[in-house]
Formats: sequence, C-alpha cells, structure tokens
Amino acid sequence: MKNRSLISIDDIKKEDYINVLDTAETFEKNPVQKILDGKVVATLFFEPSTRTRLSFESAVNYLGGKVIGFSDASSSSVKKGESLKDTILTVANYSDLIVMRHPREGSARYASEVSSKPIINAGDGANQHPTQCLLDLYSIRKTQGKLDNLDIVFVGDLKYGRTVHSLVIAMTNFNCRFHLVSPLELKLPSSVKMHIKEKKLEYYQYTDLSEAIPKADIIYMTRIQRERFSDPIEYEKVKNSYVLNKSLLTEAKPNMKILHPLPRVNEIDEDVDTLPQAYYFQQAQNGLYVRQALLKLILGV
Amino acid sequence: MEKDNKPRKELIVSAIENGTVIDHIPTQSVFQVIRILNLDQAGQQILFGTNLDSSKYGKKGIIKVNNKYFEPIEINKIALVAPTATLIVIKDYQVVEKKKVEIPDTIREFVKCVNPNCITNVENVPTKFKVIDKEESKLKCNYCEKITEKKNMAFK
Repeated sequence: MKNRSLISIDDIKKEDYINVLDTAETFEKNPVQKILDGKVVATLFFEPSTRTRLSFESAVNYLGGKVIGFSDASSSSVKKGESLKDTILTVANYSDLIVMRHPREGSARYASEVSSKPIINAGDGANQHPTQCLLDLYSIRKTQGKLDNLDIVFVGDLKYGRTVHSLVIAMTNFNCRFHLVSPLELKLPSSVKMHIKEKKLEYYQYTDLSEAIPKADIIYMTRIQRERFSDPIEYEKVKNSYVLNKSLLTEAKPNMKILHPLPRVNEIDEDVDTLPQAYYFQQAQNGLYVRQALLKLILGV
Repeated sequence: MEKDNKPRKELIVSAIENGTVIDHIPTQSVFQVIRILNLDQAGQQILFGTNLDSSKYGKKGIIKVNNKYFEPIEINKIALVAPTATLIVIKDYQVVEKKKVEIPDTIREFVKCVNPNCITNVENVPTKFKVIDKEESKLKCNYCEKITEKKNMAFK
C-alpha cells in the first residue's frame, strides 16, 4: 500500500485488508511508537467531522508526527473561492500525506489524481469512507476471532447508509450470511446486493428486527433519518420499530456484539450500553489503531 | 437484375459528393444525434431523414453531412445514443469506408454525471466513466461511483 491513496473500499484487495488488520493489532498492543518523527500529515476537513478528524490527529500524534490542516472550510482558502485542485496542489507541498473529508462525492478520487502525495479519503459526501469500513472489519475480527462464516445483521437505513454499503461489499470477501433488516422504503440498493449475488452468498431480508436477532454474530445498527422519508406518516410508523433495547436482546447469542458507526441518537437504548454485547465505543477506539496502521503502511515507515 | 428494379430507399435523401453518412440511427435518436454533434450549429450542408424504411431495423434515421469527417471522440458520442449506427465515409460520391460505431470502454468529457453532488458537476473537473454495460449504455463515474444510465444521460 506504500505511497498509494486510499479512496474507495473497492480499491482494497483481500490481502490488503488482512495486512491492515494485522498491523492495527500491533498498535493496539503498543499505540505509542515514534515512527512518524519528522513527518507532516495534513488533515483537510472541508466539512466538519469531529470524530474522524480527532481520531486521525490522535493517531498521528501517538506516532510522533505533526498535523497541519483545517477543521471546516470557512477557515480555509475555500471561502475565498479557491478550487479543490489548487488547495490540494498547495498542501501537497507542505505535507507527506493528506487526509481529507469533503462534501462532494468523487472529490477524494479527483484529489488523488492531482496530488503528488497520497490521499486518505475520510469521507466524500455520501460516497465512500474506507477507514470506517476497515475499523468495522477490525472490530468484527477482534470480537469473533474470524471474518469467515459469520451471520451479520444490518439494521436501519440500508438504502442511504454508506457505511453499510461499504461493509457489505467488504464482507462478501469472507463468505458471510447477510441479514438485512429495514423498512421497505430503506432496503439495501440492488447495486450493493449485486455484490452478494456475484459471490453466491446468502442474504435474507426482514422488516421485523426481533426475527433477525437470534441469528446474529454481529448486529450493525444505523440511524433512520426523518428526511429520508417523502411521507412523514411513514416515518412515524417505522421510527420506533428499529430501536434496539435490552428486552429485545434476551434471545441473542452469547458471542454477539453490537456495532454502530456513531453518532447514535435513539436507535440503541441507553440500557443496552452496559450489556456485554455493547461494543460501539470500543469500536470507535479501534478506529485509532486502524488509522495508525494505515499511516504506517501508506507512508512506508 | 431484378434487384435494380426495386426503388432504392436510400435515395429519398439525396446523395452527397464528399462527407459522412450516418446510417441506421434509431428513429427516436436522430434529433439527439444532431444536437450531440452540434450539427444544428454547423455551417455544412446537412440532410437528414427519419422514419425511413430499413430492412434491418424496420424504421431508421439517416444524417448526411457534406464536407465533414468525424474524429473518433465524436464517433463515440454517437455510439452512446445510436449504438446501431453505421458511419459511411464518402469521397467523390464513392463509399471509401464503412464502419459500425462502437461504444468504447471509457467515456471522457462529453457526458455529464447524473449525480448533482458529484465533484465533476461542482468544480471544473472533466468527467470520466467506465462503461459497465455496453448494451444498456450504463456508465459508472470514475469519481462519485454513481451509475449514469441512458435514460438520464445529458451531454456537456
């Protein structure tokens, strides 16, 4: 992966996944390694994303590198009307690697074409967020001890949730069974299901969450947003049907873990937080190790 | 020979001395082909016909452009809306070359991405697509990864 940009989960081969996860494991054991001494990483956040930015900056800091950048476009030259190309060409002069989040889809791919330094996509609109997907994979492997032959339950907004799309596509490399729980309006798009079909894997669709829970090794929760519904009555009908609470989990397998890309609003009841199945905050912590691994592998240090 | 006694349907639109004939255009695409090639702005003599009888396709359209030979990038544009089209190069009333148009593996610059939030529609970035289905003309954007289909295809 040395000197290569990381833009889309489709760019990553199966061997690369394993390499990233294995490297991340070494950082979990020993997160403070001064391997980025003398390196500068730029974090260009054209739209704010506190969690993602902080975890990248924390990763650089633990590795002894320095961070430059901005946390929203209003404090950058974008406000003066500078093009993305000019911003990237300039910042590439001042840094060894650029981490970017941008509201427009395809912005990161374009940046990687004009930049002399590698780009890590930290989210381009509704398109891709590959580091989130890698930390999801890390969390699955860590809690289940494997990535193969698992039953993964995806819940909520499967139509627009980009983290769901990326994770489904990534997991098709690992012979899993997919259980897709959503309101009819928010079913997984056929373009994503196509990946499951191509690998001849099994998938099942549900509208009732309780039906899928006993099967799950992993439950991947997402939030259902009001603005996704053209009819507000439809939203009112389904909004509480996809909320995970303690009583729903009585039939869950003992090894089952709950993941969520965060931020959570109300789709996981707070009474779940103290259960052994709740894993979403450790999942966010794993993001640090995975991002450290990516910095190491891409910078080749 | 008997064949020569039949009326020659191609002659409904008269022959040209030098230039290009685009034949076997699907009838519904004739005006689109004219727009895509900017023929409505061209200075050359142009003859066109639509709903003409075709032994191969039932009905067809045809465009004859005097004194113009098309570049490959322009031919690609035609292929997207008129995959059945044939290009006939005419010099001194003679056919010197006849070829089917072909949809290439990648399409650059002249098709707009369907996604309004794609970087190519916001900043000055030339579009680039991978053709993922040649029969249905489905294009995958190199940048935002969304699919642009024939029914919502627009040209720059």
